[in-house]
This record gives sequence, structure tokens and C-alpha cells, in this order.
Amino acid sequence: MSESLLYFFQQVINGLTVGSTYALIAIGYTMVYGIIGMINFAHGEIYMIGTYVTFIVVTALASMGIEFLPVVLVTALAISMLVAGSYGYAIERVAYRPVRGSKRLIALISAIGMSIFLQNYMRLAQGPRDLAMPGLISGGWDLSGEGPLALSLSYMQAIIFIATLVSMGALTWFISRSRTGRACRACAQDQGMTSLLGINTNKVIAITFVIGAMLAAVAGFLLGLYYGVVNPMIGFIAGLKAFTAAVLGGIGSIPGAMLGGLILGVTENMTAAYFSTEYKDVVAFTLLCLILLFKPSGILGKPEVEKI
Amino acid sequence: MSNNLLVVRDLSMRFGGLLAVDQMALTVDERQIVSLIGPNGAGKTTVFNCISGFYRPTSGEVIFQGKAMHRLPDYKIARHGMVRTFQNIRLFREMTVLENLLIAQHMQAERNLLKGMFNTSGYRKKEDELADRAAYWLERVGLLEHANRESAYLSYGQQRRLEIARCMVTQPRLLMLDEPAAGLNPRETAELDELIVELKDQQGVAVLLIEHDMKLVMGISDQIVVVNQGAHLASGTPDEIRNNPDVIKAYLGEE
Repeated sequence: MSESLLYFFQQVINGLTVGSTYALIAIGYTMVYGIIGMINFAHGEIYMIGTYVTFIVVTALASMGIEFLPVVLVTALAISMLVAGSYGYAIERVAYRPVRGSKRLIALISAIGMSIFLQNYMRLAQGPRDLAMPGLISGGWDLSGEGPLALSLSYMQAIIFIATLVSMGALTWFISRSRTGRACRACAQDQGMTSLLGINTNKVIAITFVIGAMLAAVAGFLLGLYYGVVNPMIGFIAGLKAFTAAVLGGIGSIPGAMLGGLILGVTENMTAAYFSTEYKDVVAFTLLCLILLFKPSGILGKPEVEKI
Repeated sequence: MSNNLLVVRDLSMRFGGLLAVDQMALTVDERQIVSLIGPNGAGKTTVFNCISGFYRPTSGEVIFQGKAMHRLPDYKIARHGMVRTFQNIRLFREMTVLENLLIAQHMQAERNLLKGMFNTSGYRKKEDELADRAAYWLERVGLLEHANRESAYLSYGQQRRLEIARCMVTQPRLLMLDEPAAGLNPRETAELDELIVELKDQQGVAVLLIEHDMKLVMGISDQIVVVNQGAHLASGTPDEIRNNPDVIKAYLGEE
């Protein structure tokens, strides 16, 4: 393969890596939108919290002398999912459930307030500066070519792909096959009727938030290890990116969020690779504007029909 | 009194300045078919909404099997054995016919969330049980061959029957049907008539019915309650209602 082709494929791999984590975060937006029709703008902060918890757990384990990698990774992932899930539950309970019956704008403002609160709370608790963590997983495979322009897949990237695939597979199974997933779908279609059939819809909605938060924690864990840095503001930009991905794929659609994340990740990386790194966010948000202007329902979304 | 399944007393519902239901009262006994009739806009559906917990009544009492329902959230009311349909069909349109019936049995499945998330053997056994009951009811309403179709693609009459089946899989004591014959042709109406009577006789449910089709109402009701302008106007057997001068004046008077 020629060098330029290798370079191109390398960018695709890098783009898919970031894109799959966008997809994981985007699912949280899209599930919550699907079920209660609101944008949970505090969702990016859940991702940020997931990253912090990962850092804390890894550091704590290291200080206890536990450095066996599989144990460290599994423990960090499990604890960050647990903590993020609790945050997801608490946020819904405190900030959204009390305003659920009111106008959409009110819930949106409550979400933004929650987002600002979490950013600043983390800033107080962990300090405003970047925290860095030494890379736990290094190395990779050279797939083709040699030297600095070889096409390679790092172990970390492989872990990101595998973790994303497993999470999405589990989610798809849960939504389409499990009893609770069925209740989630029913709730998304007609909450009033679901309730009249004896299902506690508050519980179903809470579960949706917890699942979304856990997937964001998976993303936080993966990107935390990938980049090795964290600060209280990372949730803001990641949240916006994931939101873009969700809208791109069609908000409310889970396969849409997966697809949107991947497309956005690759687009961003291509911009950075062939044009300029500074412009990658510009391109990402231009994409958001274009989608909203020309196909607001997104790639896989259904056009919204006003319910009578 | 012990025979009373549902007792509604002094039920009022106010929307801003509008008193939609005014001191309404009605009683449904075990294994009885009671029809709620009245001119358009009389507040029949609002009464239904208050009883089923879809609205929270402004005042009054709804007592079901001796227990107060009017302060409970709607999903708890449903768990006590009271389910309803809507005038405009409210199926889960993007789900299959079978899934519509499985959803309705969610409350009977074990409530342990973790068990519901993992595919344990108890879980699968329960799923089979739910599917069996769903199949039984699909057969009863003649929809078994459509089990795996999306419910949106059923014909109107089939959708109505699916709604009734969806209520029945919850094993209710009281079935509340809001204009089940609306939009049905005479043959489908006759089938519905038969089905409702069968449900009462074979399953032992009581039925509270809102209906405009007088032939259906007069034919199957044990009791009829007439509502006019949100208030109770008269109640009695079909014959009593037919001959009640107030009812004739308010409701049948045009004929």
C-alpha cells in the first residue's frame, strides 16, 4: 500500500476510536430524549465523573500495590460505572423529576444548571488543573507498512473497540429482549398508557438514566486511559460532541446514536489530518448546523409527528 | 355492600373554571355490565379518567374492592385489577401484537429488577408463562396468526380487539371500555357484543362501558348510568332508563 493510503486508513482507525466513545455517550442523550423528550445537558458531566473515578481507582490501587492490569481495569471500570450510575439516578431524581410535567424549556434550564453545578463541584473537589495518569497500556500491532507511517492499531484502541462493541451489544439485547427493556420501549411510545397497564414509569425512566450514565462511564474510563489526562471541563466539550452525534444519527434512535458517533469521529479526524487540528471542532459543529437545517430528524430518526 | 366492586361517590373534576364532572356517583357490582351513557361532552370520559387515575379528581371518592383508589398513582390502580381502553386506540404501535400483550403483564412478572435484567431460568419460565397467556387471549380475539406483526398494521377492528385482549391479560376484576364499538361495522359490533358478555360470564370480570351504540348498550347492560352536563341524571336497568322521562328529555328527546 502506498504511504498516503496507509495514512488515510490510520486516520480512519483513529477516528473510529474516538467516534465509538462519542457513540457511547450519545446513547445516553438519545435514550433519555426517546423516553421523556428532554436533552440531558448534564450528561457530559457524567462522562467526566466516570473519568475521574477511573483515575482515582487506578491511583488508589497502585498505592495499595495492586498493579495486575486485568484487576486494575475491571475494578476501575466497575466502580466508575457504579458511581456514574448513582449520579445518573440522583440527577434525574433531584433535577428532572420535579419539573417533568412542566414546559420543555424548564427542564432544559434545570439540566444546564445541573451541568454547571457538577463542573464546579468537581473543580472544588479535585482542583481545576489537569490531572495526568501514566499510560497503563502501551504498544500495539503494526498492521501494514514500516517506520513512522506504518498502519498500526494500538492495544488501547483495540480495547476501546471491544469495550464499545460489548457495551452496545449488551444494550441492544437489553432493549430488544429483556422485560425491563420492553418496558423502556413502551414508555418511550406512550408513557400514559404504560402507566395505566400497571408499570411504574418513574422507575423505568430512572433505569434509563442509570443505563445512559453507565455507558457514559464506560466512555469516560476508555478515554481516560487513552488520553491520560482529565480536568473538570472535559465533560462540556465531549457532551456537545456526543449531542451532535445523537442529532446526526437521529435523536431518539439508538442505532442512530451509534452511527452518528462513528461518523462524527471519523469526520473530525479527517479534518485534523488533512486540514488543520484547530478546525476539527468547527467542522463538527458545522455538521450539527447543517443537519439541523436540512435534515433535523437525523440519518436514522423518524420525522416527528405531533401527537394529538 | 359486600357485592360492590366499584363505588364512586361525590366525584368532581374541575379544569380551571369548568366543572367537567359534578358530584358524580356510580356503583358496579361483581360480574355486572354497567354502561355510562350521555350526550357528547357530558363528561363520561372524564369520569373514566378520574376512576382509572389518569386524572386526579378534584374531590370525591373512588373505592375499589373496599380500598380507596383516588389518591393512588395510576399504575398502582391498575395493579389492583382495574384496566381501561381509550376512545382513540392507544396501542404500542411500533411493537408487535404479542409484545403489546407481554408489556401488559409486566406488573405480574417478578418485580426484582436484577432478575429481570439477566436471563435466569426462572426468568425464562415466567416469560413462557406470559407468552402462553398472551397466546390464549390472541386466540380468543382471533389475532393469533398476527402475533408477530406490528400492531400499527392491524385493521381498525383488530386493533380494538387487541386492546381488549391487552386488558384481559392483566387478569382484571374490572374492565373499563371507552367506546369500544366506535368505528366498527355492524358485524364487528355484534362480535364485540358477544365478546363482552363472554368475558363477564366466563372470566367473571365486571365491565364499565361508555358507548353510543344504544342497541349494544340496551342489549348487554345490567345497569345503565346516565350522565348529563357532568352530573348524575339517572340510573337503573335498561327498561327503567328507556322509560325515564328525564332521560328521554335530556338524551333521547330528539327522537
